[in-house]
Order: sequence, then structure tokens, then C-alpha cells
Amino acid sequence: MDRSREKFEVLVVGGGPAGMAAAARAAECGKRVAIVDDNAAPGGQIFRGQNLGEVESLAEVRRHLTGVRFVSGKKVFDVAAPGILLAEGPEGVWELRYEKLIVATGARERFLPFPGWTLPNVMGAGGLQAMVKSGLPVRGKTVVVAGSGPLLLAVAAYLRAQGAEIALIAEQASWSALARFAARLWSFRGKIGEALELRRKLAGIRFAANSWPVMAHGAEKLEAVSISTNGRVGKIECDFLACGFHLVPNVELAVLLGCAMENGFVKVNRIQETTVPGVYCAGEPVGIGGLESALAEGAIAGLAASGYAIDETSSLFRAREKARYFARLLEKTFSLRAELNQLPNDETIVCRCEDVRYSRLRLRSTWRAAKLQTRCGMGPCQGRVCGPAAEFLLGWKVDSVRPPVFPARVESLAAGSEEFAAILTE
Amino acid sequence: MRAEIRLRVNGAEIAVPAGTTVAAAMVIAGQVCRRSVAGEARGPLCGMGICYECRATINGSAHCRSCQIVCEPGMDVRTDG
Repeated sequence: MDRSREKFEVLVVGGGPAGMAAAARAAECGKRVAIVDDNAAPGGQIFRGQNLGEVESLAEVRRHLTGVRFVSGKKVFDVAAPGILLAEGPEGVWELRYEKLIVATGARERFLPFPGWTLPNVMGAGGLQAMVKSGLPVRGKTVVVAGSGPLLLAVAAYLRAQGAEIALIAEQASWSALARFAARLWSFRGKIGEALELRRKLAGIRFAANSWPVMAHGAEKLEAVSISTNGRVGKIECDFLACGFHLVPNVELAVLLGCAMENGFVKVNRIQETTVPGVYCAGEPVGIGGLESALAEGAIAGLAASGYAIDETSSLFRAREKARYFARLLEKTFSLRAELNQLPNDETIVCRCEDVRYSRLRLRSTWRAAKLQTRCGMGPCQGRVCGPAAEFLLGWKVDSVRPPVFPARVESLAAGSEEFAAILTE
Repeated sequence: MRAEIRLRVNGAEIAVPAGTTVAAAMVIAGQVCRRSVAGEARGPLCGMGICYECRATINGSAHCRSCQIVCEPGMDVRTDG
């Protein structure tokens, strides 16, 4: 089996803000550094499709990225041995060897199943934004933005700037939770400017709290959505429904590496090192905190992985503490209300890969039993979509991870084992 | 105006701006990305390579996550929709 072999002193998985900050600091320390990323370009989901040269918050990071190798379009799917990751791209398998590893795999949206959510043009909130950043035009289209979290506002503002008409922003959190959040926001200087800017961009758009989608209507694609607001249901015709319920961390690789978890996130110490020596973690996998915490954690991880002793009084630690406080505030404000578990009916598909309906799922007692008896979570997404949904709907613990962490071609799987590779070529 | 890329989706030629992903091109072309195991029409959900709902056959290679792949001139995209 032909495969590319490369060795790096510091290898970073994920080219978003945390990964870029980590790589920049390691490069600054004189290390041989690479970032491996699934996407075509660096920036992560937050800066997808953007010219990074124009992003002000990355000005400092950018200066040191010049010497960093960016391995794009490769998804890391397995840990071949300690110090060796396997990544798959269109041209084959890459073997990436490292001395120190930084896991900066980001987050994905949490999706909740409701009748009709599998119709084409029902997308994630970040999902539709990513599609528009990737060339999908929305000028003149009517969009309903729904779910939970600060992402909804950013997405609505972005889509409006691209010419979409936003019919409604439906936030499941209560007005009182949002008011408490707004009051606390004043202690974050940087956030006030952001909030005011958003308010200007969103002027005139209808915003509802205590509000969520109960049904998407359409035959072959979305035609309308029914939204419940304060207990009253109204139907809105639309071209797209952009719906996501805040974020869940991408922890699969960290789990596969053997890193211990804590409350659903990767457990790290003061210098972002996981319970596996030499493996660090930064950004959303250690707590959903957004850009500032990702940049601070990434910088700390990059310095620590390079053997640099960070001064206890460093502003990086202060920045991280502040960002973490904000993360806890987000978690509290946008925690899901219990009645959302009434969203799916018996016929609603929960596992989209295997078309497993809620009626079949709710009879099981555990995630493992559901996987074995219904094939829920056994399709190509490997439970990344239905796992967090099942966790919320049924209270299951969804934590088993097995290689490959992404579906890989048979020849790529063979690359993980020399003997198997030899068998195939005989 | 960005340069246009011409490609074929289920045999029909379409033109999209350079930098457009195959998933976006399929939605622009009004094509269903795939049929689920129960025969339902499906389109992109996550837009970032996680959900696999946008998978399609690109230049003969099956199960490509079309939201992570940028359109190239002359590309042949097939869906089972």
C-alpha cells in the first residue's frame, strides 16, 4: 500500500481558530508544525469561505502561520499507533507522525428531530450559512431561522446581508433567560459592540423567544414550517428552514486517543493537556466558548506542546478564564427546555442514515441496544447527528467510539494494518 | 464576477461561480442529493462534512461528501435522487 509518510514535532488536527492559534504559537517556538483539516481551506466553520487575510481577530495568529504546513482535504479517521494518525484524502491515505498532538476538532450543530425535518432545504442554521458561503444563492429566498443559541442571530444577519428575507427567528430559550444573558453581557466589553452591531443588522426582523418548529411541510422539498410560539402554532411559507439547537463538541478523535472526558467534554489541565501525555486539546471540544476561548486555549496548547513554560501571570490565562465564564453563561442560557423531547412523533425519523423512526427507538433501553437492534447510529455519520438527539430525547449516554471515526474506503482501512495490506496485495 | 465553472449534474450541464461546492451546485440545479433507505428525498443538512446527507457520485467515485468538494470544470456528478 502506497501512502505518504510525514513527521511533525507538533501536529494539529483542525484548522479553525483554536488550531490556527496553536499552530502559530508552536511555529513561533521554532517547531516543525502541520495542521491537518478536512476542509479545502483553513479557517474552520466560522471563517469558511473568507479571506483570512482580512480577519482582524486573526492578525496576530497569521504572522506566524507562514511556516506551518497546511494539509487540507484530509479527514483523520484512525489512530494507527501512539504517535501515528491516519488521514484519508481523495488521492489516498496519509500517515501523519507526531511528537506532540493538538486536537482542535471544533463543534457541530445539535439537531433535534421533528416531523418533516428530513425534507430537503431543512438545514442546520450553521448548515445553511456554510452552504451559502459555499456558493448557494439565497437572494430573494424566504428563510425561517430556528433553534437555539447565539449562532441563530449571526446566521440571520449573514443571510439577510446575502439578500435573503428572514421571516422569523425562533429561539427556544425563554425571554427571562435571554434577559439574564443580556444583563450579564455588559461585563464583556468586546461582546457589547458585537451585540449592538448584530442588533443593527437584524433591525426589523421578527424575533420570538419560547418558540420552536413543530413541523416542516412539503412533498419532495420544504414548502412551509409550523412554529410554536408561547404555545400557539402558526404556519409560515418559506424556501429554507435553518434550524440548529446550539452546538455539540466533536470529541470522537479525542475519545479514540484515550483522552478522559468530563461532562461530555475533553478533560484538560491548566496547560490544555489531556489525560494522555503529549496530547493537548483546545477550543470547542473542551467547552463551547466561541472564538475568544478558542484563540486563548489554542495559544496555550501551542506553547505548552512546544515545551514553553507559560508564565503564571500570562494574559492568556486571564483571557481563557473570561472566555470560559462566557461559555458557562451560554450553556445556561441556551440549555434545552424539557418539552422539546415531545417534538418527534412515532413516525419521525431520528437516525437519518438508516431511517430509524422514533417508535422503534424509544422502546430500547440504551444507545448500545438501539444500535444493535435498530441500526440507529450505524450509518455513515456514525451517530454524529442522531447521537446527541437520542441523548436529549431518551437520556442515553452516547459515548462509544470505534475506529474508523469517519467512514473510510476499504483500502484506507487496510492501510491501518500492515498484515491486512499484505493480504490484499497477495 | 467570479469565473464560471461548467459541470454536469445527472447529465445536465450547469454553470456555477468558481469556488462553489458540489453540494451547492446540486441544490442550484434543483436535484435531490440522494434517496434514503426508505426512499425519501434528502438534501444537505450540516454543510460541513458531518452528516453525509449530501453524498453523491463524483467523477465515478461513490459516496463523496459533496459539501466538502469544490466544483471543477467538466466534473460529472451523479445522484441517486
